Amino acid sequence: MTPPDTRRLEDLAQKYPGTVRPRPLTLWRRRTLIIAFLIAFLAAAQALGLAPGAFFSGLSDLGIITRQMWPPTSKGFFVEYLHALAETVAIAFLGTIAASIISVPLGFLGARNVVRNGFIHFGLRRALDIVRGVDVLIWALIFVSVVGLGPFAGILAIALNDTGVLAKLYAEAVENADRRAGDGVRAAGGGQADVARLAIWPQVFPVFLSNSLYFFEANTRSATILGVVGAGGIGFFLADRIRVNAWSDVAFIILMILPTVALIDWLSRYLRRKALGRAARDPAPVAET
Amino acid sequence: MMLPSVRSMTSSAAQPSGDAVAMVEARRAELRAAKRRQSLLLLVVLAVAVLVAGHLGEVSWQKFVDGLPRFGRYIMRTMPQLSLESFGADMSRWMWNFRVWVGLLVDTVLIAFVATTLGVAGAFALCFAASDNLAPNSIVYHAARRTLEVLRTVPELVFALLFVFAFGLGAMAGVLAIALHTMGVLGKLFSEINETVSDRALEGVVAAGAARGQVIRYGVVPRVLPGFISYTLLRFEINVRSASVIGFVGAGGIGQELMFVINQFIYRDISAILLLLIITVALVDILSEWLRHRIIGGELQR
Repeated sequence: MTPPDTRRLEDLAQKYPGTVRPRPLTLWRRRTLIIAFLIAFLAAAQALGLAPGAFFSGLSDLGIITRQMWPPTSKGFFVEYLHALAETVAIAFLGTIAASIISVPLGFLGARNVVRNGFIHFGLRRALDIVRGVDVLIWALIFVSVVGLGPFAGILAIALNDTGVLAKLYAEAVENADRRAGDGVRAAGGGQADVARLAIWPQVFPVFLSNSLYFFEANTRSATILGVVGAGGIGFFLADRIRVNAWSDVAFIILMILPTVALIDWLSRYLRRKALGRAARDPAPVAET
Repeated sequence: MMLPSVRSMTSSAAQPSGDAVAMVEARRAELRAAKRRQSLLLLVVLAVAVLVAGHLGEVSWQKFVDGLPRFGRYIMRTMPQLSLESFGADMSRWMWNFRVWVGLLVDTVLIAFVATTLGVAGAFALCFAASDNLAPNSIVYHAARRTLEVLRTVPELVFALLFVFAFGLGAMAGVLAIALHTMGVLGKLFSEINETVSDRALEGVVAAGAARGQVIRYGVVPRVLPGFISYTLLRFEINVRSASVIGFVGAGGIGQELMFVINQFIYRDISAILLLLIITVALVDILSEWLRHRIIGGELQR
């Protein structure tokens, strides 16, 4: 390789500032930002009382736990665990179905092109924001104190929390529907209900279905921890085994959860592809919990 | 639904034999029946699944009928008594523990901030090995992918439960739990962005004599950075919500206080804390969106 022609490079740098190397101002601003970020990070860690010493002593404890996890054993609880896992999937399934059913009318009501009343639109959106701003585990805890311990509280929590998200996504799907189909129905003498049924519904149904399937997948993940607050599913056993330090049981339960979640992921992806055709894609990868 | 019958009409019309209209109608009826059978089958499958799930989930109509009004009463009880004449006094009675709650909420946001930063660092370290166009070899590639998958699948709360045992009660356990989960999620998303970088851009850097590290530094990072930052900020918003519940298992933040007031049925405090939490989450969302537009807005609009 020939050595770079430094003289020509210097000429270019003179002629076009900011191309060969960053402008000094840009460079300094970048450095200041990085240093400010580092200071903010350290200050936050300080405020939370995070100490390196505690971290390293905890790490050795964690090592001990990990060693005691092997070999994973069920200690004869395999059937109970299996039942709890089925319950977990059932919670996610029913919660998603309930949320989907509630979200269909809410989605139409919340769409600007269907309901032109700005007041209804605004009120509904804010209500959904509030429902969504509260984590599903908080709703689960509240429902446990309303309907008692058990999977029913978990189903209600997931149904309520998902309604907040699904109704918003459904409303956006309705707003994005092609208007010309509606014009066609209206030209043929159809009313507002006919437009919704014949022009909008066929366009949005696959999107609704795809979103709901995606949420079923995500809900299976969240349902695995609902048991921690007593709202049913495998989380109860998991929290219980951790509390009594039965680490090999903990490992066994986690090893049962992983393939179950993977199976539901696969099933949902398969059905989503069938529902949307080849255009199937994940609606919002960051929504993954 | 109409399309197939229209198509069959044109094909059958091409054949001169027989009554075309009758043939079209017969074919149409046939297709409709097939469609109806398919829908019916799907509905039956769905109904069976709902019944089985309902049995497993211990759902009953009675429970639902009993539960719904009880939920309404619960919400009503959490509502504060506010009147216009004594609004200030009512407000201060409702928010009697304002300072403590805000302190805990600040902790919650800080936990999310520190955890997101650590998680991003971990994701950045692994994402190049986990993208199929940049991995040095297939062993490293698969090892990185599987690691991220496990970190992503184990919920934060499970990590938090384990870490509370190892690191003791407090923010440390929560930060590490959220950081690990974030690393799993962002590592996958980052590697997907890496895979969108075209081979030609990489070949250009390689042709200029760059080693692997330099290819990543000069060929990949400038292209993927806006995407990375965007996903990071979105994840930060999600992590604030997660940080609000890890306190349920003693891993810091507002969660522990929230769990206490819910379990003790201190109704007014429940609504006060939830209101402050919703405001905090909304503020963080607004700040994050503003930052996202400021940092990457120009670059995405190219």
